[in-house]
Amino acid sequence: MKAIASMGAWLFDWLEAVGRAGIFLVQSIFRMPVRFGESVSLLVKQLYSVGVLSMVIIIVSGTFIGMVLSLQGYSILAKFGSEEAVGQLLALSLLRELSPVVTALLFAGRAGSSLTAEIGLMKATEQLSSYEMMGVDPLRRVIAPRFIAGVICLPLLSLIFSASGILGGHLVSVSWLGVYDGAFWSSMQQSVYFDTDIMNGVIKAVFFSVVVTWIAVYQGYECVPTSEGIGKATTRTVVLGSLAILALDFVLTAAMFGDF
Amino acid sequence: MSVLDAYIKIQDVHFTRGGRVIYENVSLTIPRGKVTAVMGPSGTGKTTLLRLIAAQLAPDSGDVLVDGQNVHALSRSELYKVRKKMGMLFQSGALFSDMSVYENIAFPLEEHTQLDAAAINKVVGQKLHSVGLRGAAGLMPSELSGGMARRVALARAIALDPELVMYDEPFTGQDPISKGVLVSLIRELNDSANITSVVVSHDVEESLSIADHVCILAGGRVIAEGSAAQIRASDDPQVKQFLNGEPDGPVPFHYPEGVNSMFNKDEVAL
Repeated sequence: MKAIASMGAWLFDWLEAVGRAGIFLVQSIFRMPVRFGESVSLLVKQLYSVGVLSMVIIIVSGTFIGMVLSLQGYSILAKFGSEEAVGQLLALSLLRELSPVVTALLFAGRAGSSLTAEIGLMKATEQLSSYEMMGVDPLRRVIAPRFIAGVICLPLLSLIFSASGILGGHLVSVSWLGVYDGAFWSSMQQSVYFDTDIMNGVIKAVFFSVVVTWIAVYQGYECVPTSEGIGKATTRTVVLGSLAILALDFVLTAAMFGDF
Repeated sequence: MSVLDAYIKIQDVHFTRGGRVIYENVSLTIPRGKVTAVMGPSGTGKTTLLRLIAAQLAPDSGDVLVDGQNVHALSRSELYKVRKKMGMLFQSGALFSDMSVYENIAFPLEEHTQLDAAAINKVVGQKLHSVGLRGAAGLMPSELSGGMARRVALARAIALDPELVMYDEPFTGQDPISKGVLVSLIRELNDSANITSVVVSHDVEESLSIADHVCILAGGRVIAEGSAAQIRASDDPQVKQFLNGEPDGPVPFHYPEGVNSMFNKDEVAL
């Protein structure tokens, strides 16, 4: 009996937290900066720190994942004498699945954790209160540009991930393993469709970007403003963000590719 | 007392946080154009009082009137308008770490006034001059010492020429020279611009030396209110204990152990 009651209490707490986070998200989006010039400069700053600074990790991981994929793919495809199909294998697995998911996971670790820690520290050092005291809404000044920058950056990073993965795979399969260059590209061209493969990947990345950035800014804003609280909030961002990405990926994949 | 023109009136405020009673029917008056010191031991909710005045926290019951307006009955945009008349110096300074000293002080001006860049430059220069830090305009907050950061924060708090400036523990963690500088700055600002100042502090000497009006909070109540001289002459044992820094008295040295004490009761009386 007690167990059921505590499960119910837990569920209520959870629903309340989700509701609060939802209100928080809506408020921060609809209270955008009033002055256009100011909002652009705030956004550009965040695009740089959230997006541009994440590019190195995305390009390096994308290249390596592409290299590993083509190595693994080649060893199996060669048994059937169809090693040119490695281009197709590489492009489809990257565009449909690996790029959005791995980019989002890396993004949660690289940009999400730093967003949470930064906002949490702003709270601990009373900077958020300070904005409020000046009659400036911290949601529109601090949260909105960070959230929007995250939503813009993640899909673009995912495309960069795909491109570097394909180039890395090309390096291994064509330059090293000797797959015919023309066959590599033409098998890719034949099998990849813009609206089913590329766009579905981008749509996934957009969903992931909203969820990951939302979790990151909310955890920072709601954290207990102590060193322990910020540490916990940062961990929660990465853990909850990663779990949400993987669960959401299953749902989205089922919706996009599930009708056989 | 009654002849003073009140800028802030706190009436029968009751406030609890996390099941702990912070205020029990606290009423106090902050006179216009004077320096009011709110003193009391740590943990009596002095900072909470400032947050109630700024309406960052809401009381369970009771009213907080700032310049005749009940700040807890205002809409969000009206409240933001009232807050433009308030400046607050936070305990940590709370300078925006991603902006330089200059940008920190220019920020409220850019946000709330129609001044052009040249006019803002002039105001920022004046405010920095009044705290003696014109030369530090280009530094980042991480490059400042604690005392300098608090003076920059003070310059920012007065950037919009507020009617009310609240100081949250301005003397804590400052060396004697910075303390002296802050004491004279608070006094000068108050007199030159006819500001109402509220200083929350547990530094007895500094607070009494500048305050026109003093309130002492302890145990969720106001235990004394009056001029600095009246407070010094008070017979109240609790007030005396606080002012003289006596370790034991009406405010107990021992934190109550309660029924869940981890120790054997008989062993204490050695």
